[in-house]
Amino acid sequence: MENLLSIVTFIPLLGAVILALFLRGDDRAARGNAKWVALITTLTTFIFSLFILTGFDPADTGFQFVEEKAWILGLTYKMGVDGISVLFVMLTTFLMPLVILSCWNVTDRVKEYMIAFLVLETLMIGVFTALDLVLFYLFFEAGLIPMFLIIGIWGGQNRIYAAFKFFLYTLLGSVLMLVAMIAMYMDAGTTDIPTLLNHQFSSAPVEVLGFTVMGGMQALLWLAFFASFAVKMPMWPVHTWLPDAHVQAPTGGSVVLAAILLKMGGYGFLRFSLPMFPVASDLFTPLIMWLSVIAIVYTSLVALVQEDMKKLIAYSSVAHMGYVTLGTFAANQQGVDGAIFQMLSHGFISGALFLCVGVIYDRMHTREIAAYGGLVNRMPAYALIFMFFTMANVGLPGTSGFIGEFLTLVGTFHANTWAAAVATSGVILSAAYALWLYRRVVFGELIREALRTISDLTPREKLIFAPLVAMTLLLGVYPGLVTDITGPSVEKLVADYHEAVGADGGAEPGTQAGAAAEH
Amino acid sequence: MTSDITTGMAILAPEITLAVYAMAALIFAVYTGKDRLTPMLTWLTAAVLAGLALWIGMRAPAAREAFNGAFIDDGFSRFARITILLAAASVLLIGQDYLARWRMMRFEYPILLALSVVGMMMMVSAGDLIALYMGLELQSLSLYVLAAMNRDSVKSNEAGLKYFVLGALSSGLLLYGASLAYGFAGSTRFDVLIATVEYGRVPIGLLFGLVFILTGLAFKISAVPFHMWTPDVYEGAPTPVTAFFASAPKMAAMALIARVLFDAFGNAVGDWTQILALLAVLSMLLGAIAAIGQKNIKRLMAYSSIAHMGFALMGLAAGGAGGVQAMLIYMVIYVTMNIGTFAFILSMKRDGRPVTEIAALNQYSRHAPLKALAVLILMFSLAGIPPMLGFFGKFYVLKAAVDAGLVWVAVIGVIASVIGAFYYLRIVYYMYFGAEAEALDTSMPFVQWLFLMAAAAAMLFGVVNLFGIEGLAEAAAAALVR
Repeated sequence: MENLLSIVTFIPLLGAVILALFLRGDDRAARGNAKWVALITTLTTFIFSLFILTGFDPADTGFQFVEEKAWILGLTYKMGVDGISVLFVMLTTFLMPLVILSCWNVTDRVKEYMIAFLVLETLMIGVFTALDLVLFYLFFEAGLIPMFLIIGIWGGQNRIYAAFKFFLYTLLGSVLMLVAMIAMYMDAGTTDIPTLLNHQFSSAPVEVLGFTVMGGMQALLWLAFFASFAVKMPMWPVHTWLPDAHVQAPTGGSVVLAAILLKMGGYGFLRFSLPMFPVASDLFTPLIMWLSVIAIVYTSLVALVQEDMKKLIAYSSVAHMGYVTLGTFAANQQGVDGAIFQMLSHGFISGALFLCVGVIYDRMHTREIAAYGGLVNRMPAYALIFMFFTMANVGLPGTSGFIGEFLTLVGTFHANTWAAAVATSGVILSAAYALWLYRRVVFGELIREALRTISDLTPREKLIFAPLVAMTLLLGVYPGLVTDITGPSVEKLVADYHEAVGADGGAEPGTQAGAAAEH
Repeated sequence: MTSDITTGMAILAPEITLAVYAMAALIFAVYTGKDRLTPMLTWLTAAVLAGLALWIGMRAPAAREAFNGAFIDDGFSRFARITILLAAASVLLIGQDYLARWRMMRFEYPILLALSVVGMMMMVSAGDLIALYMGLELQSLSLYVLAAMNRDSVKSNEAGLKYFVLGALSSGLLLYGASLAYGFAGSTRFDVLIATVEYGRVPIGLLFGLVFILTGLAFKISAVPFHMWTPDVYEGAPTPVTAFFASAPKMAAMALIARVLFDAFGNAVGDWTQILALLAVLSMLLGAIAAIGQKNIKRLMAYSSIAHMGFALMGLAAGGAGGVQAMLIYMVIYVTMNIGTFAFILSMKRDGRPVTEIAALNQYSRHAPLKALAVLILMFSLAGIPPMLGFFGKFYVLKAAVDAGLVWVAVIGVIASVIGAFYYLRIVYYMYFGAEAEALDTSMPFVQWLFLMAAAAAMLFGVVNLFGIEGLAEAAAAALVR
């Protein structure tokens, strides 16, 4: 199939259009139909995406399944995947059916809810497959619209504040990236990502408002991209939108947000910052390292004192994404492999944890930790699943969480021993908050009146958790599934990066004079 | 000499046709049915405007001059005139139901609108300061009257008067600038003016003239700091007139600025880009910030138009063919979005009264999901969020600005667009997650519905190829910037 990537990207949109055009009414049957259409669409997308995985050749470090068509303004509609992006596409298509299943109990405006998720899926896949700067930006930014609506319409008490904060915060980050993209277009004369990956942006110091900027144009571009990805990631100190958005979003929205949307930031660092601006990345590595370390320690401490389950998991997400940035900017094989691994693993684990909260929220309509306790007496299956994902979140060996944290920490240790040392304390803190949460919710006596009639997992809920448990375990015992695919691409990325940084340090005068003459 | 006049008349045939039509219609209406004829006249005028757009579109593409260069018929003027004609025709159609429903069906409305369109067509084709001024005044005087059309309303009268007084002041400034330019160049013709300026060396008097002319024109497009009239006039004027203000005259004034700057002062680019950049930055920021507190959707659209003019000016400030192309694309997209949005605003009513409070939109999506979706698309497009067409408009001007080294303008522009996104989102917020409240009347005349849906669909599907506007705008810009 020639247009496989486009097919996978746009099947969900097709499903959304079908829902919008052909589904009428708001009775029980119509709601059921909407859910089934959405489920079938997402499953079809997943099945088609399997063709990508089976047809993907890990040894080839270039882009595969490339499609290219001329578009307006000299831009191109160009799609393709490499070892870095292919697994994110898989993660998205794998999780979306589960997200749809988790929304089975929604009764308010079901059709619109499903349409929002399907449109969102198209946009998320598009982010990972786009090979044109503006196309990437288009998908990246358009994703805000459905998420804004999902939080705003189906969210909790304080949803309006959260929706606005989410939208404007991320938009502010992204528009600076847009200006940087235009500047790159002007400099390189193309928006084609594979070409840009080989384009050398000037790193000769420039004067801006009387300040000399080390790293020159690269540094400015890097900072603009950083503004966008750091917010999306989110990194400390621009993470404050995330807890609000998570707490107010409906369960499905939280899962998508934590499991997939946050990965766009990490993916962006790997796709743009590191390979396109190597000199600037090298320059800013200490900054990123220490921001990540602060994120890990600080947000773990913040997570300890949370009284809202979703907020606690949201803060733990920030901490876990800290490992991703650490690994990415360690810029060695283990670090970058680990960063990708950690992102995938966090996709499964945090998604599952939000689902766990969703399960009891559906029953009790509160997320307050203090409102629970002793659930193990009534919900043994739930207690088991929750235990499993709590352990995975802590990074217990045998689960995927361990591999991700371990690899990134090994990579960081090579690059910056002190950062690695402090970051490792986060592992202990994560055990503290996660296990304490588990104890307060699940263990103890069942003393609350309201909980006496709470029921255990339904078959539908078990069906949702089963694939997540399987993936977490599978990746935990056989991480090669991921690293075999990412390995060669990462190796090339790291090699190119060090070559570019080395070249800049060594033969500086010649290249810089050339670059300066260009401008 | 006679042949000069006949060829000139031939070139001006569309303008003459429209002027003759407007006068004939006026006499006809005065002596016969008066206001009873208005619906028929509205449709007829819209048809004439659309027909003229078609005619101009079909004419030979060669650039021509009439009346010793006072009137220029080139690709640029054709692009602008077609946009103006189509926008005016659309506004006539979407406003008709409103005027009939709220008893403002005066036969002068379509006629005055047609006359102002004649003025605009003159403006964008002017090759001479006098022709420019005549076109501008014809347009402005018609608009002053239109703003005060609702004679029983104090607000409408206030709007007309305010618009007139401030408009007269700006015309005075423009005339003063024109006289300075004439004094220093010895001619009012653009080709003489441009020859007077040797590249990089502008006589100081001419520079003063340029600044005064720009000031007068900035008033017409309501660029900050000459924007004070806009919110009051937008609010006070009858909504169909507001819709008109927000579309065709903006395109005309913007094209006129481009015309003057490139045709008459094209050798002093360095002198006016700074002015335009400053106007652009101020407009974008003020438009974005001041709209936040608005409760009336017409006032909000006024500030929104100020911000959008800032963006279009940013394209012009880039000062090259790319910038003009960006400005033209931006304006076409802007006009389309505004017509769609005003088609919706015109339909807002409750309990037999027109409504303009934003809060009245509460939970509109539950009562009219399709229309709410269309408005949502338009709002995100106005905010410049991809994949809507509004984003590409912004993308073009940002690209032009970065290309011209105006990175700081671009950065301020995108930050202003984030601030501006807030108030567009607020409309979405009321429609989709607002509190339960008394619902708006969801009925909507077919014409308005059609324009709303068409505009929304254009914003969504334009992402495929911009409907080919890119190439047309490029050709138009190339005709202007030689």
